[in-house]
Amino acid sequence: MAQHQVNYTQDNGLPVALTTIDKVVNWGRSNSLWALTYGLACCGIEMMASGASRYDFDRYGTIFRSSPRQSELMIVAGTLTKKHAEFIKRLYDQMAEPRWVISMGSCANTGGMFNTYATVQGVDRVIPVDLYLPGCAPRPETLQYAVMMLQKKIRAEKAGKAQRPKRLL
Amino acid sequence: MQQPNRLRPFFENITFDREDNEMIVNFGPQHPSAHGQLRLILHLQQEQIVKAHPDVGYLHRGMEKMGENMIYNEFMPTTDRMDYIASSSNNYGFALAVEKLIDVHVPRRAKVIRMMLLEINRLISHLFWLATTALDIGAMTVFLYAFREREYLMDIIEDYCGARLTHAAIRIGGVPLDIPDNFIPDLKDFLDKLPANIKDYEDLLDTNRIWLMRMENVGIIPEEMALSWGCTGPMLRASNVAWDIRKEEPYELYDEVEFEVPYSDKCDNYARYKIYMQEMRESAKILYQTIDMYAETVKNNETELMAHSPQYISAPKLELMTQNYSLMQHFVLVTQGMRPPVGEVYIATESPKGELGFYINSQGGPYPYRLKLRAPSFWHTGILTDLLPGHYIPDVVSIIGTTNIVFGEVDR
Ligand code: SF4
Repeated sequence: MAQHQVNYTQDNGLPVALTTIDKVVNWGRSNSLWALTYGLACCGIEMMASGASRYDFDRYGTIFRSSPRQSELMIVAGTLTKKHAEFIKRLYDQMAEPRWVISMGSCANTGGMFNTYATVQGVDRVIPVDLYLPGCAPRPETLQYAVMMLQKKIRAEKAGKAQRPKRLL
Repeated sequence: MQQPNRLRPFFENITFDREDNEMIVNFGPQHPSAHGQLRLILHLQQEQIVKAHPDVGYLHRGMEKMGENMIYNEFMPTTDRMDYIASSSNNYGFALAVEKLIDVHVPRRAKVIRMMLLEINRLISHLFWLATTALDIGAMTVFLYAFREREYLMDIIEDYCGARLTHAAIRIGGVPLDIPDNFIPDLKDFLDKLPANIKDYEDLLDTNRIWLMRMENVGIIPEEMALSWGCTGPMLRASNVAWDIRKEEPYELYDEVEFEVPYSDKCDNYARYKIYMQEMRESAKILYQTIDMYAETVKNNETELMAHSPQYISAPKLELMTQNYSLMQHFVLVTQGMRPPVGEVYIATESPKGELGFYINSQGGPYPYRLKLRAPSFWHTGILTDLLPGHYIPDVVSIIGTTNIVFGEVDR
């Protein structure tokens, strides 16, 4: 009859795992980072490439969404100009908490090579940034690495509390 | 001041002073299928567009002004960031304009390598166009396939110059490097598989009902309209004008290779799609011929890669290391920059998107007095004003898709 009976004291113990709420919630959060498509310039093309066939972002649970309401990660890929700055702030505010921002490429980090009258010298002047990714343009592998680092960061956070306000430069 | 009352909703920054049914919709500047930062203000009558107003400038980075404050060689990497899908074609346009200005003769081997890079860039750009347009219209499979092939080409380019996207692979007066050993076998491998790949895409799309409904008889640009709006490239060729600068005013070695200029009299989105596909085949044809031309230069032992013109262009490394005077000149060229003669020049090249022109006004100094970039996408954005009225909302996406605009180039 019941051939499948398991001797719990011998085979890997009880089918129960003890953990904390923080761990479970953060496990879920970090493995389903839905990213808002924010391709502004050249770096946006590399962002697309990381979502496409060879680099395949879906493996990390990172799926690009085009609505800020459905996403918790904003990858700012490209040059932010003063004309556009207003919109990035508005879209960031529309994202539900908890939310994270990766600034991809030199332009988003510091203004990059465009030290002109038209560009914002770094998105961190407008929205808070969690992770800076250098390069012009960063390769898709580096973007994947950035997402993995962000996952690490999320796993170390407290899940229950509201996010602390982040520093804006 | 509008009074809040129960019949009319009150918003502090919107006034309702229109009595007709026209609705104004804001499309962009951060729309997933706007191919960058295009903002369209659409006036709608039900689902139909009655007026469209493209608003550009969201990616204006001040490139022309930057060019006026940089020495000529310094500006080369900045041109990468214009049409960032095919960077080498921008590098090339700028290099060609400066070469005209200083009047140097580029060695044959460098010309062949440049042509290879240009055509590889055209393939990359067209594959990218196919991928994004198909994605916008909902054909996700084609997106994944086309990106797969594009990655192989990026690998080839990466072997040559080390960068995937922003190549800076062409110098004023030639190319910096000879092609690596595995470049030609890799390229041949890719080209041999390309016809089958293109056939795959066509099998997926040509008889696809959704694709046909979104493409056929949508976005018709009659010949006069295309000409009067300054369309170039595939946009013009789809409107029944067989105009290709590579044929009309051949630069580089385009007069030595054989290729056709595909054109169509259908003028709609579908015609443009067909032309992109056909141009990929033609590019492959040109690449095969350049491979033979390269083999010829190897046989004739033409190893020069940079033009010889000590006044403007640094001498080869060997000379720099052995001859004092060359080293001094090199030092001056690097720190102060070349000083082209007084004059102005406009050079147009056929970039994957159309006529890419560089106008340089030199006053004899190390910086250009005025640098004007004529980018095809800018004109193709303008035509949306005339093209969109009469179409429905879903058509906007497919029309923007087939115009193939890139915002680094529109706003510069
Ligand atoms: S960092 Fe470089 S590649 Fe990225 S948007 Fe800026 S200029 Fe383009």
